Amino acid sequence: MTSSQVWQLLISGLTIGGIYALIALGFSLIYNATNAINFAQGEFVMLGGMITAASSSAWDIPLWLAAVFAVVVTTLVGLLLDRAAIRPARNAGIVVVIIITIGASIFIRGLASIIWGPDERPVAAFSGDMPIRLWGGAIAPQSLWVLGTTLVIAVAMYVIFEYTIVGKAMRACAVNPHAARLCGIEMSRMITWSFVLAASIGAIAGIVLAPITMTQYTVGIMLGLKGFCAAVLGGLGSGLGGIAGGLILGVLESLGAGLISSQYKDAIAFIILIVMLLVRPRGIFGKPGGEW
Amino acid sequence: MRRLSAVTITLAAFGLTAALVMIAGCPPEETVVDDTVVLDEELVGEPIRIGGLFAITGAGSSLGEPARDTAVMLAEHINAEGGTHGRPVEIVVRDTKSLETDALNAAMELADRENVLAILGPSRSGTTMAVVDYVERTGVPLISCAAARKITDPVKDYVFQVAPGDADAVYRIYDYMREEGISKIATLTASSGFGEEGRAQLQAQAADFDIEILAAEQFADDDNDMTAQLTSIRGTEAEAVVCWGVGRAPALVARNMTQLGMQIPLFQSHGVANQRFIDVAADAAEGVIMPAAKLIVLEQLPEDEPQLDALRQYHEMFVDQYEREPDHYGGHGWDALQIVREAIERAGPDVERETLRDEIENTQGHVGIAGIFNYASDDHYGLTPDAFVMVTIEDGRWQLLD
Repeated sequence: MTSSQVWQLLISGLTIGGIYALIALGFSLIYNATNAINFAQGEFVMLGGMITAASSSAWDIPLWLAAVFAVVVTTLVGLLLDRAAIRPARNAGIVVVIIITIGASIFIRGLASIIWGPDERPVAAFSGDMPIRLWGGAIAPQSLWVLGTTLVIAVAMYVIFEYTIVGKAMRACAVNPHAARLCGIEMSRMITWSFVLAASIGAIAGIVLAPITMTQYTVGIMLGLKGFCAAVLGGLGSGLGGIAGGLILGVLESLGAGLISSQYKDAIAFIILIVMLLVRPRGIFGKPGGEW
Repeated sequence: MRRLSAVTITLAAFGLTAALVMIAGCPPEETVVDDTVVLDEELVGEPIRIGGLFAITGAGSSLGEPARDTAVMLAEHINAEGGTHGRPVEIVVRDTKSLETDALNAAMELADRENVLAILGPSRSGTTMAVVDYVERTGVPLISCAAARKITDPVKDYVFQVAPGDADAVYRIYDYMREEGISKIATLTASSGFGEEGRAQLQAQAADFDIEILAAEQFADDDNDMTAQLTSIRGTEAEAVVCWGVGRAPALVARNMTQLGMQIPLFQSHGVANQRFIDVAADAAEGVIMPAAKLIVLEQLPEDEPQLDALRQYHEMFVDQYEREPDHYGGHGWDALQIVREAIERAGPDVERETLRDEIENTQGHVGIAGIFNYASDDHYGLTPDAFVMVTIEDGRWQLLD
């Protein structure tokens, strides 16, 4: 294995890792607000890609408009999920909420297969397929889109949580729900915000990923699980941890497949998940109490 | 923010669904086909009932639906020409729903209640294996439309196959490589049943063609990124990549190779020899080489092609009836029914399951859609590598390689 090959594996790993990072962010957002894991997070990613693919081909609209439409619709789905399924069960406990999200993910996936059929759909790359040569490796322009998007969203999240009232309120709820409520912060509103943000980030991840992998109604399952692994690796509830966890996971997966065996590519993520849960359940960057 | 009422939520849900349905485009037009073929009134003999056990719905519907349409169409055609021995042919259609248990239940129903003479189908390897035991015990001839080698290897008394398999596809690929002077390759196969069978065949036959496999990488069907595997392959001296899989993953391999700027030729299996692959892989599909059924390059076949008449007849009849292009999955339905029809004609008007089985086994030189069939007591597969032609994709269209 030459160094240029390892470099190529790193590029691949960082690209897919950027997507895992965005999905992990979604997990952390909802975890901070509800203490529950939203297993429908992967379906937001699927919806982002599928709606973009379907609307751009059905209506012949430019890709960016289809992408905006996909983010809006997916965000509405996230809002609806909160209002229709999560909110009525808010007093029922965390396990119930988790089970509801699993049900919702199966429902959304089923609906998607009925609406768009079982076939995979391509999405055109944002700026062509011509690879950029760098230090003996080839970088697809779409990879730069993925990494750039991850960076922009990470910065945006930081700004929201550090400098806006809503962000600060959401942090307060995560640190101490009782004290937050005493200060007049409405919990259910913060939960709604977390679903809205998680759904839109998921949709964006799905949209920038779709040109690389194509999209299909089933893509949410594996992406959701990988994103969950990334979130646990980095520390559930930690924004920085989620992003680091995603990138680390992507790189490890890619190096593992390239250097050890591609047969065990998927196993790597889940081995990491099990080891982390056994050895350090709060992840690399996770602090008890869910500080952002 | 006020709490939304249940009515608002329901309305919102409906609105959202409606919006999504709109962008789904037109749903595929429903072809209404009766469960049984309407009998020609002039035919007075007792109908010959043949089961059509296809994956009409479920994961394998793209295989089963055209086979069902073809068998029903062909039966109408046979009856319009006077049936066989003056008896009309009646196809009793059942849906396996692409599920093993449903396939077995439907096979039992066909054999016991409907008392069919033979069964055409099932469409998929899994569903076929699910009914094999039952038809062997009951003694109903079964003409499977699935490709897995294990269906007729070892040979089973009542089970026949009409779909060309992996061994012959690999043979064609390696034969082509030998002509092109390619001797070092890398394989990239799915970890599914189809991919594993392909990988085994690629390894088993490599020595016969002096081909060296330098890397044998794998991928999962839902893998989102093949660049890691392809990077490993790029580090070897492989002169070509052979990918074996179905669905999204093989198209992804083609796209990732373009994204990595890899120049060596990509070979794919017959599992992606359909328009879908071209649509999905788009520009990356250009120059991909694969073995395919002759039907997709019908217009380019040479005039001395022995199957030409059969292929043209099927193509014309199918386009007339359904106003869309037939595919080789439909062709399996045609071959299955034609082989049974000819066997019935040899067996005489009082054909029984037992005599029919013997006559199917006697099928020699039957020119079909998939290939030329020669069954024998130790060969219920009947095809040779000639069933496939090598094709490539040029400007988004199939191009025959000679």
